[in-house]
Amino acid sequence: MEHYQKSSKLLKSSRPVGLIGYGAYVPRYRLPAVEVARIWAGGKTGGLPIKEKAVAGLDEDVITMSIEAARNAIARAQISPELLRAVWVGSESHPYAVKPSSTIVAEAIGTGPSIQAGDWEFACKAGTEALVAAMGLVGSCMADYALAIGMDTAQGHPGDALEYTAGAGGAAYVVGPAENALAVIEASYSYVTDTPDFWRRAGAKYPEHGQRFTGEPAYFKHITEAGQTLLDELGTTAADYTYAVFHQPNSKFPQRVAHMLGFSDEQIRPGLLVPVIGNTYAGAAMIGLSATLDVAKPGDRILVVSFGSGAGSDAFSIQVTDRIEERRDLAAKTADYIARRTQIDYATYVRFRGKLAMK
Amino acid sequence: MEIPRHWRLKKERYGLVGEECPHCSFKIFPPRDVCPNCGGEAKEPYVFSGKGTVYSYTVMQDGPAGYEEAAPYTVALIQLDEGPIVTAQLTDLGEEPIEIGMPVEMVTRRIRSDGDERGMLVYGYKFRPRL
Amino acid sequence: MAEVVIAGIGQTPVGEHWDISLRTLAARAMQAARRDAGGIVPQALYIGSFLSSTVSHQANLGALLTGNAGLEGVEGITVEAAEASGAAAFNLAYMAVSSGLVDSALVVGVEKYTDVVGSRLDSAVAEMVDYDYEAVNGVTPAAQAGLVMQRYMYEYGVPRDAFAAFPMLAHANAVNNPNAMYRKALRREAYDSAPPVSDPLNMMDAAPYADGAAAVLLVRSDALPSDLAHPLVRVTGSSVVTDRLSLHDRANILAFEAAGVSVERACRQAGILPQDVDLFELWDGYSIYAVLSLEAACLAPRGEGCRPVQEGWCNLNGRLPILTMGGQKARGNPLGASGVYQVVEAAQQLRGEAGKNQIPGARRALVQTLGGPASTAVTHVLERWDEQK
Repeated sequence: MEHYQKSSKLLKSSRPVGLIGYGAYVPRYRLPAVEVARIWAGGKTGGLPIKEKAVAGLDEDVITMSIEAARNAIARAQISPELLRAVWVGSESHPYAVKPSSTIVAEAIGTGPSIQAGDWEFACKAGTEALVAAMGLVGSCMADYALAIGMDTAQGHPGDALEYTAGAGGAAYVVGPAENALAVIEASYSYVTDTPDFWRRAGAKYPEHGQRFTGEPAYFKHITEAGQTLLDELGTTAADYTYAVFHQPNSKFPQRVAHMLGFSDEQIRPGLLVPVIGNTYAGAAMIGLSATLDVAKPGDRILVVSFGSGAGSDAFSIQVTDRIEERRDLAAKTADYIARRTQIDYATYVRFRGKLAMK
Repeated sequence: MEIPRHWRLKKERYGLVGEECPHCSFKIFPPRDVCPNCGGEAKEPYVFSGKGTVYSYTVMQDGPAGYEEAAPYTVALIQLDEGPIVTAQLTDLGEEPIEIGMPVEMVTRRIRSDGDERGMLVYGYKFRPRL
Repeated sequence: MAEVVIAGIGQTPVGEHWDISLRTLAARAMQAARRDAGGIVPQALYIGSFLSSTVSHQANLGALLTGNAGLEGVEGITVEAAEASGAAAFNLAYMAVSSGLVDSALVVGVEKYTDVVGSRLDSAVAEMVDYDYEAVNGVTPAAQAGLVMQRYMYEYGVPRDAFAAFPMLAHANAVNNPNAMYRKALRREAYDSAPPVSDPLNMMDAAPYADGAAAVLLVRSDALPSDLAHPLVRVTGSSVVTDRLSLHDRANILAFEAAGVSVERACRQAGILPQDVDLFELWDGYSIYAVLSLEAACLAPRGEGCRPVQEGWCNLNGRLPILTMGGQKARGNPLGASGVYQVVEAAQQLRGEAGKNQIPGARRALVQTLGGPASTAVTHVLERWDEQK
């Protein structure tokens, strides 16, 4: 008996798929890194990993933020939400431990009941996992449109290195047939291993991380494996791309991994948001892409490689179409959300993030 | 635990879905049994744009049970562009002062927990200064 | 035609009665009213209470309060209309007696606000707003008053401090009311520096919630005992009017239409105009509501409701005294019981029993209680009655 085996490692669907609409969301509050340092590091002002991070307000969570990003994506997609057959939210800060964020988001944006709506979790690549699944659902002709969202209101242990950077934000993508897309997804590839670089046990409030172990064996290993394999299988190099977006836990890592794959600082600049909004975890690569789409021109090619601890990377090769020009202005841009800014101090941040024992 | 009640109201609350009277085209929010304009039966769903202006507002220094941790918070009467006035909290206020007449837009936010921290989450409409 | 006469009145002091239960508080007021009426056994009991089932966890008061006060078997029901519960109970008693269905009816308003402490108490009081569309957004009665006051100041350009005259007048009058919760004058500086409650409203704009019970015994004139010691007061008009519950459903949140219509109807029943009265016990649950009550009754032009009080017209020696025994602000606001306190105080004036606060020759009174921002408005006209003999 012969087993069918694909000759290529690439994930390519039966029919071409693409991004029909996209939308971002970032809350308005900002906690400067110097504020964290004021409390925990004797007020040092140099050597901080980012400038400031976005913080969700008291009435915000992954569900409310996903609803707004989804509404922006649908506004650009110009389709009725009732055509969506999946609404998939990927996050590591879902408001419920059991009960999907996705059902509430679906109801709020006006889908019908004929949908898939489970939640996704894979640390910072939960959103891109959902995106791959959406490609499969649409690419296999099981559905015409699916919505994949990566969104987070990430938490860091008080005083820990991650508290400087763990931010809130993300983006939503309507996936559909390539004929209707503002950007076509040429192919994707995922590289996953069991790597314990960062985790949170059930019931624990804050995650644990492996310090320097999160670098080379985790972040760099998986991004370069996924990114390089995608490039090799497609027969492309960094020079064939206008832009690249990488997962961004801090300012330095994405710059270094970009260079490792042959990309320049210029190519990653529009999608490098971590200095001003922090690491938005499951939203990071997704919102880096939305910021890039906000400025990309028809014909531009974008490489996106996410990274989720645990660990794995999803890599996508995307090409922008003519339709970007007519759809881009139909919703708020990523930069509009970033510009909307109210600075808060550490005490306000602690209150907003529920770090005070109220009972 | 008031689960059935919140579940009944979710469509209106999540998406500002009201009614349009089939007899006189009056836009109605919140939905009700009888059209306040012509007295006829009103049932057709109507999705409001979410755009409106502040008609009045007040800053609450203390909240009742379930709202204490949000205080101080701002409650407002919002005149929707389509006509009805709706009661809602204002959110995402920056340094700009609130003014009667200022343009706002609807966002879906977490309103409260039903009961205590183990209860279901209640989401609904609030309004913020237009982006 | 027979008259409906106030044969007896009774009240407890208003305050925080930690040591007195709901049933005992009610019984004291009921017994005081019955004693004042020469010991009449009423044929019905109408109870006005807003919070008893949520805060005192006690419903079915008709059975409880009759039996507890030695009135076993007397028909008894509870009437609820938010803070106008007692006023509405009075209206029902008036209807029962004037219709001839009963010869006499006892009205008791009772509230045990202090049976619960903490934020659950605020949400119990907030049941008077629209739960699905106002309370869910964190709206309380104070929030509604703040929204109304903000809009009023915006539409008419009235400054915040114009409202100070109302609580100051209330406190000045409460000094001579032995049953009042606060019996000290209110200094202007204390008003200006009072902490905000629901901006622009501050703590001195809001009448304090408290415990209390007051009772009135209504008897039809052809069933009156002949030997009552005190002057008599008859009820010549009584009207309950409602408006849309939530502010957002009103065509004009400053109109207080129900307040105006109920004044009109009660006065028409009594055959008078609103300005024909010697005093107006109006509703000052919030200072802005007192302002709008004057405007709705056409006793002040729209936008100028502060002026009569600022200019002294509403003082005890003025043209139209209001809040003569301290109003809700200084006598205290025992919510559902307040409407009965207002009737008792008006009756004291008309009988000549108001002591140092007596308005000389007072013969006719207008009494108005509001539930919420005039969501329910109950108005009575009371007149001194010297013709019974």
